[in-house]
Amino acid sequence: MQPEEQSKGQRPPQSAKPNNAKLVGKLVVVVFGMFGFGFALVPLYDVFCDITGINGKTNDTAATYTNVEIDQSREVVVEFITRTNKQIPWEFEPVIKRMVVHPGEMYQADFVLRNSESRDVIAQAVPSVSPGQAALYLNKTECFCFEQQPLVAGQRVVMPMRFYVDPDLPKDIEVFTLNYTLYDVTGTTTGSTQMGQK
Amino acid sequence: MVFALPVWAADQQQREPYQLNLRQGVTDISHQVYDLHMIILTICAVIGVVVFGVMLYSILFHRKSQGAKPANFHESVKIEVAWTVVPFLILMFMAVPAARTLIAMEDASAADVSVVVTGSQWKWHYKYRDHDIEFYSLLATPREQINNKLKKGENYLLEVDRPLVIPTDRKVRFLITSDDVIHSWWVPDFAVKKDANPGFINEAWTRVNKPGIYRGQCAELCGKDHGFMPVVVIAKEPAEYAKWVEEQELVRRKAKEEEQRLLAMNMDMDELMTVGEKVYMKACAVCHMPNGEGLPGAFPALKGSSIALNNKAKHIDIVVNGVSGTAMASFAKQLSLKEIAAVITYERNAWGNNTGETVQAKDVNAVVNGI
Amino acid sequence: MSSISDDVHSDNQHSDDHHHAPAGIKRWLFTTNHKDIGTLYLWFAFIMFLIGGAMAMVIRAELFQPGLQIVDPNFFNQMTTVHGLIMVFGAVMPAFTGLANWMVPMMIGAPDMALPRMNNWSFWILPFAFLILLSSLFLEGGGPNFGWTFYAPLSTTYSNDSTGLFVFSVHIMGISSIMGAINVIVTIFNMRAPGMTLMKMPLFVWTWLITAFLLIAVMPVLAGAVTMVLTDKFFGTSFFDAAGGGDPVMFQHIFWFFGHPEVYIMILPAFGIISQIVPTFSRKPLFGYASMVYATASIALLSFIVWAHHMFTTGMPLFGELFFMIATMLISVPTGVKVFNWVATMWRGSLSFEMPMMFALAFIVLFTIGGFSGLMLAITPVDFQYHDTYFVVAHFHYVLVTGAIFSIMAAVYYWLPKWTGKMYDISLAKWHFWCSLISVNVLFFPMHFVGLAGMPRRIPDYALQFADFNKWISIGGFAFGLSQLIFLALLIKACRKQGEAVDARVWDGAKGLEWEVPSPAPYHTFETPPEVK
Repeated sequence: MQPEEQSKGQRPPQSAKPNNAKLVGKLVVVVFGMFGFGFALVPLYDVFCDITGINGKTNDTAATYTNVEIDQSREVVVEFITRTNKQIPWEFEPVIKRMVVHPGEMYQADFVLRNSESRDVIAQAVPSVSPGQAALYLNKTECFCFEQQPLVAGQRVVMPMRFYVDPDLPKDIEVFTLNYTLYDVTGTTTGSTQMGQK
Repeated sequence: MVFALPVWAADQQQREPYQLNLRQGVTDISHQVYDLHMIILTICAVIGVVVFGVMLYSILFHRKSQGAKPANFHESVKIEVAWTVVPFLILMFMAVPAARTLIAMEDASAADVSVVVTGSQWKWHYKYRDHDIEFYSLLATPREQINNKLKKGENYLLEVDRPLVIPTDRKVRFLITSDDVIHSWWVPDFAVKKDANPGFINEAWTRVNKPGIYRGQCAELCGKDHGFMPVVVIAKEPAEYAKWVEEQELVRRKAKEEEQRLLAMNMDMDELMTVGEKVYMKACAVCHMPNGEGLPGAFPALKGSSIALNNKAKHIDIVVNGVSGTAMASFAKQLSLKEIAAVITYERNAWGNNTGETVQAKDVNAVVNGI
Repeated sequence: MSSISDDVHSDNQHSDDHHHAPAGIKRWLFTTNHKDIGTLYLWFAFIMFLIGGAMAMVIRAELFQPGLQIVDPNFFNQMTTVHGLIMVFGAVMPAFTGLANWMVPMMIGAPDMALPRMNNWSFWILPFAFLILLSSLFLEGGGPNFGWTFYAPLSTTYSNDSTGLFVFSVHIMGISSIMGAINVIVTIFNMRAPGMTLMKMPLFVWTWLITAFLLIAVMPVLAGAVTMVLTDKFFGTSFFDAAGGGDPVMFQHIFWFFGHPEVYIMILPAFGIISQIVPTFSRKPLFGYASMVYATASIALLSFIVWAHHMFTTGMPLFGELFFMIATMLISVPTGVKVFNWVATMWRGSLSFEMPMMFALAFIVLFTIGGFSGLMLAITPVDFQYHDTYFVVAHFHYVLVTGAIFSIMAAVYYWLPKWTGKMYDISLAKWHFWCSLISVNVLFFPMHFVGLAGMPRRIPDYALQFADFNKWISIGGFAFGLSQLIFLALLIKACRKQGEAVDARVWDGAKGLEWEVPSPAPYHTFETPPEVK
């Protein structure tokens, strides 16, 4: 490795040479480890968000409703916003725009979706809650956003979403907003769209 | 550049004195923010004066050229602990008011007015939660001013065709999101800056103390025309605001009736082309360029494009529904049926695309409503 | 490859006894000598500095007055993006690596870097990375235009196809830096002369050791981030696309997890340089050596937990905002300790003001100003006003231009006589210093004002209220750009070995092993390790 060492006999006994390989080996392991860590940040981020509600994502699999105490004394306003991404002219509206709920009680909100195009489409609704922290306390037992929605041309559907608000919702949150953005995912296969997910 | 100089010189006359410091703004929060800014600036200035003062003293009086003999000290635990602990304490002192303001900003109590703010390349869309009012807000500065062919106006690049209107003395909540890339909605006078993230919703709120016109800009790089998507908010007294809301709802109803009437009519080529050109310059030219040639590699050309020449149905479909996975948005909700018909007619007949075909509002309506 | 290396290998052996080095282009292509490679890095960094600077001139020319005059907005965005990438990855980082190559072995009494062939590779892949990046500007649709931070989805769904080239070139830059960093760590751990314990190492070596660990920790994360951008754009994944279950804000978390330590990668070696220069020209040992080492290490550790202060406006829960605000404020404590130590080193010293000292003094004052604005930016509620305005641009240019780049210039003026054996043209150096100092402040100081007044960054055109200051900023920019040509002239003269011969120590107050060897430093130094007492 080092010409100098061989040419000059008077160098002191160098333990450097074997050590170099060992140290380089360790450092390379760190490098690959950190490269892996970069990718591990993707699921870690999701876990972190689930714990902290940092990005306002709601649960993407059904929650179960058992033995939740209903807090009749408290009222929380839940607002629903619906959007189609890039203003695709599908009709997508909540049946009720605003609900006053008691934490712990089960509610159902319906959403109407009509494919106004003359082709079959597949839609995916992506939920987002603001303030993000409230997402931790919004439990959905049933949601159209858990799956992709195939719609033939002109089809109109009413999609239900059943939820309850955890009674532990911080007291300072009097109102929170649940937004659904509807994406046109026609043509993108299910496999690849799930890649970025945990 | 050369002939722009006299125009620029003229602009200089009407300008206000230099703005050097942060704006105080017109909300309680913005005043708190301004105060925090002044406190931290003062702390920095004082530390700066002390540190640079000591340094300057050394530079002036401990010179070799003046025969200074070097001392030999090189550590002192006492001093080193002191200048670790003291700055730490100053910072903690600073963190308290900052945290207080932050908590005030994150107030999640109910609001009086809610507006959904959606950014897209390169415009803002406002939708009032409790009224049937929604509209796009685009840069109103004429292209000729940007290209230095006309004298720049007072609010150059800070003016829009339809400003957001909100009431004063009411808590107004903004629910901010985006249709494409990340934007950031910013009004300095409210001390509100929040990113608009596609697929996610963010919120911010304000309570404006003083009626007026407040201007801001998009603050997150969002592509080519990032510098050209201002935010303008008009704060009106609550009574005036209520009047404005009523007017808007009336105007909207009228427009819808007008739209229905138009479906039965055919417009002639000249009218379609005139309206179409206007719409094209406003809504399409930023990407597809005024000459229809697009930006190679980024935005496709319309001039000579096979869709614009041969495929009318596809052409209408693209304008109405957009193209998913690209920057092409849907215009069905941005433009009226008449405007869409006109702009498609224009695109099929301008720049040598001489198809001679017209597109009528009812053709567009058929696509929009999937008939 | 191995046969080529073997050739060089025997060449070197040969040259040990007779002449200095094989001549011609082959010497530079195949060299494994740390001094040659250091020189290559430094010249490469300087050329990149001029190219990136030329792009800054385009930006400032467009912003000289309101309205669009010279370039279209799309090209403007390409200029800001590539200017940032080149200055960070092409100028500042290679310059520090070049200094490390030249000086680290000489400062710890080692004959060369530990892995000389890898050293050759880590340099020579670098020009290709930047050729790829620069050539993408000439493609249809242009080069990267999404800012050096390449936030998704602007860099994925909404970018053009040259993004592939951008990703490829960033990968190469990353591999180069990682190899360089591994080399520095192995050299420092295994090649120190007998008696050179860790706590006797010069601070430049210490800061570089810590920097190298930061590099191997975060450059792979950057590689991961660009890979995800690549697969999102071309291979249908949805890491950052909400429609597919991803999150665009996650990109920013990953990017800044790399990005914030990266900031310290560009400033820690600067701290090391200043800590070498100030004692030399104060003729007094560095005040608080141990606390300097600990401060550097704590800055490096803290740099991993502050990344989200770049993202306050993305919408974060209150506790997140508070945590990142306080963690960021804490970083200013060890940074402050460093500044205090330098001032204490000067206190009751015997100061003289040669060129390296002049740049070091300018560094201390101007970097501290950048530090102050950094502290202001840490205060979350106020950051909502500062974020993405020219105030931020002013902040990081104070830290990187009058910080990192001034320290590199100070280092060059400090060690250049050691490298060439001749004193450089001091009157040119004075011109360079004073022109740079004045113009850099005309350039960056008014940016604070336009930023506070509300001018967003990365815009090609602006409202009329910002016009006067922007004119001054542009004038300062052109002047600063021209001043660097004086530096170029000085360097060319120095490389032609013009000037007065210097002795081994060069500066009368200089201490350290690098000053024990003759000037110019022979091609091979410390083949017999020195004894360090």
